[in-house]
Amino acid sequence: MRFIGRRLALFLLTLWAALTLNFIIPRLMPGDAALAMWSHIHNATPAQLAALEAEFGTANQNPVVAYVTYLGNCLTLNFGVTTDQVPVMTKILQGLPWTLGLVGVSTLIAFALGTLLGMYGAWRRGSWTDNLLSPLLFIVTTFPVFFLGLVILLVFGVALHWFPTNHPYSKPPTLTFQSAADIGYHAFLPALTLVLAAAGGWIYTMRNNMIATLSEDYVRMARAKGLSSWRIMTSYSARNAILPNLTGFAMQMGFILGGSILVEYVYSYQGLGYLFYQGTASRDLPLQQALFLLYTVAVLIFVLVADFLTAWLDPRTRTA
Amino acid sequence: MASPLLEVRGLSVDYVTETVDVRAVDNADLTLERGEFLAIVGESGCGKSTLLFAIARLLSPPAEISAGSVMFQGVNLVTLVEDEIRALRWRDYSVVMQSAMNALNPTLSIAAQFRDAMRAHSTMTDAEMRARSAEVLHLVGIDEVHLVSFPHQLSGGMRQRAMIAMALLFTPDLVIMDEPTSALDVVGQRSLMTQIKELQQRLGFAVIFVTHDMSLVSHYSDRLVVMYAGQLVEVAATESLFAEPLHPYSRGLLDAFPSIRGPRRVLTGIPGSPPDLGHPPAGCRFAPRCPAVMEACATMPPELVAVGASQVRCHLYPAAQAEAV
Amino acid sequence: MTALDASISRPPASSSSREALSRVSKAILRNRKATLGLVMFLVLLFVALFPDLITSKPWNESVVSSDVVAQCQQDAVAAGKVPNCAQFGPKWPDFPLGTTQLNYDVLSQLVHATRVTLFSTVLISLLVTAISVLIGVTAAYAGGRTDSGLSLLTDVFLVIPALPLLIVLSTYLASGGIAAIVFVMTITSWAFGARQLRAQGLSIRSKEFLEAARIRGERRWYVILVEILPNMLSLIVAAFLGTSVYVVATMAGLQFLGFGNVGDTLTWGTMIYQSQQAMSLESGNLWWLLSPIIAVAFMGTSFALLNYAFDEIANPALRKNRRRRGKPAA
Repeated sequence: MRFIGRRLALFLLTLWAALTLNFIIPRLMPGDAALAMWSHIHNATPAQLAALEAEFGTANQNPVVAYVTYLGNCLTLNFGVTTDQVPVMTKILQGLPWTLGLVGVSTLIAFALGTLLGMYGAWRRGSWTDNLLSPLLFIVTTFPVFFLGLVILLVFGVALHWFPTNHPYSKPPTLTFQSAADIGYHAFLPALTLVLAAAGGWIYTMRNNMIATLSEDYVRMARAKGLSSWRIMTSYSARNAILPNLTGFAMQMGFILGGSILVEYVYSYQGLGYLFYQGTASRDLPLQQALFLLYTVAVLIFVLVADFLTAWLDPRTRTA
Repeated sequence: MASPLLEVRGLSVDYVTETVDVRAVDNADLTLERGEFLAIVGESGCGKSTLLFAIARLLSPPAEISAGSVMFQGVNLVTLVEDEIRALRWRDYSVVMQSAMNALNPTLSIAAQFRDAMRAHSTMTDAEMRARSAEVLHLVGIDEVHLVSFPHQLSGGMRQRAMIAMALLFTPDLVIMDEPTSALDVVGQRSLMTQIKELQQRLGFAVIFVTHDMSLVSHYSDRLVVMYAGQLVEVAATESLFAEPLHPYSRGLLDAFPSIRGPRRVLTGIPGSPPDLGHPPAGCRFAPRCPAVMEACATMPPELVAVGASQVRCHLYPAAQAEAV
Repeated sequence: MTALDASISRPPASSSSREALSRVSKAILRNRKATLGLVMFLVLLFVALFPDLITSKPWNESVVSSDVVAQCQQDAVAAGKVPNCAQFGPKWPDFPLGTTQLNYDVLSQLVHATRVTLFSTVLISLLVTAISVLIGVTAAYAGGRTDSGLSLLTDVFLVIPALPLLIVLSTYLASGGIAAIVFVMTITSWAFGARQLRAQGLSIRSKEFLEAARIRGERRWYVILVEILPNMLSLIVAAFLGTSVYVVATMAGLQFLGFGNVGDTLTWGTMIYQSQQAMSLESGNLWWLLSPIIAVAFMGTSFALLNYAFDEIANPALRKNRRRRGKPAA
């Protein structure tokens, strides 16, 4: 119980720190600079400028009041309106399911693939597949995400015309099977890119951890007991190898979310990442701020979940 | 006389590396009768654990058996493939390792680890497995409530005993033990040894017990094997070894122990250090440190020969050359 | 201690620096990945230091004479097509990788951009590693409140996703030039290494030789510098190499999106961005887009190979076990 309490406390503390950071950054600039940017690009009317001022405050406004107002706004999910006068939340909710689907599915596949291949690579060390696959995949993941995206786009989308190269769908989605297939079709290349980008690092660490556990005494003991290779690989080796990785993997979510921005940009996939890019390019500060916060909170939640998972899987932490 | 339970002939184990092969065990010969308690003693690095794991077919790369045979119940373990060995594992022979904290899976409960072994080799029902698990725990004096515990929740002594209990799940004919008491304090060691001996006499299994502490096994083992630098240098009944050690190394070992009741005397150690097994010396491997060294020792490696009921590898016993084993 | 344990253990191998260096170089040469990575890096270094030895063409002037352009336009008009007289495709030996939108030589751009790209990557990685070491080791050794505070700081920066923060910061610091990019990348990348180094620092901290130093009365800074750091050297070098891989990709990604491109300073990332803006994928000189991408991948791979190989050299357990006889693994 104390463990849960500690983890939650850390979660709240980090959340507060992230919120505060998000508040401070735009205000580090001279008070009117943000406004100047905005008005310059959009030729805002005085009324719009006033609204923006009300939201962001100027250098003259009491920072404490602004801070408290800001915190209040965040907690009630009131993020204001975008430059097009559309509520930020509306736009976020439009893009959310696409990114959730793309990133969610890709991450799960990458995790499963990475774990299995890492396990297999360590078990069959020195074999053809391990010697070739491991460094190859490792190198593939060091390629910049957009590089992978562009190459895949070029090869499978442009050159071979096997898959579409932009938009999440060709017709607005409905609850039909056809619609689902269409969505899947459009999501395939972006998902492939994300999976390749995310899986390699995971394979590498999993493989190295497995190699370490395979030399442990309890694995030798499992062999002595005559257990099947599968049982040894999973319950004895992998189960112990995953543990140190889980939290690190959660932290990697930040990297994956960043990658999703690039992937959505390359494929014009209108999810949150695309929105974030557009918002930044058009200096739409409210939108950018809200999405940035959303990303941070998402990673925080992942880390919390990973911590709890580690506790659940590793009996030694429960009594700590 | 019934045929021996285990017969090891000419067993050699090499560590194969990119640069040089290191022969960790050189030409080992051993015989073990049913129900016998055999101890293998030697200093760290002499190859005793390697020999043990070779017999149990538990070596990991880069170690591999390069020569010899291990006849167990009439079957040569060395020539079997992994699937065939797996059928024998735990049913016919089991293993107890040095540190239970490392040898038990930290993420599985004791019951789960027992179940693993039973599921792999039998078709017992859940109820039967639970009953048997409780039974073996009682054998070693642990309350069955600990079946749901995890290894880190048990004390050191309890963990070791749990490991021994696990080894007895199928009441095998042979239990191989690699320094099972090293992780315990002196009192715990004694208590564990007594328990092992008791179980052995009750259930009738043979034991090969590897240790670096000779005095520990002196009251429990039937026979002793002394290893040095990968070779067996003396094999004798425990009593005769302690009464009259044949090999100068064994003598040196015994001289290092004070007797609790005997007269006070100056303790002597054995100066020098063991040879580099990557480049073993030409003659007797103990020659550089031997107080009784002779000319022949530097050039001619001695064979293991019989002297009475014992065997010894030393040029001090040339008269027995004619009875070479 | 029994007589069996009384035998004197062999003295530790001597560790003079010359021996260490020869050991390291032998290890590198024997490991194929390390050799390849090193060769790739040296190639990059050479190009970065001596761009003029590779190409004599300028990188920011048109290399296509106005006559050719005029002719091209005439031809297009005559054929009734829209003139497209920029972004010429590869032509040996004038411009082996084609030209840009403004008819600059792509190869020359690529070569000249190497220096800024490589040096900024290395600089950022060095800064990041230095900060990670400083914060991680201090947190591990100082303990107590300092540790809690630094760990919290590290966790906050770890949780905040890097690319979004990078994007946000670079838009606000757009006028800062290359220094701003260095600053922004450094500040978003140090946390990961700091966490790893703290973990290792903690495990070393409990070792006995540190107790010995403390009992000898050595001052804290001495202990950190002379006793702890050398033991963590392998992790620090691994952190540096890993960071480099990350920096190469991330900086290029940032610039590709259009953020962090500094006016006159050309990097490969900027080249990619410019070519994307000029639609070279769809209707222009494909090599303008592809060559900097391949260059980025090349640099990333070189660091990755060095990292992978360094892991294997430093940790013998990971090395391939080349079997000399045909027996299968047990």
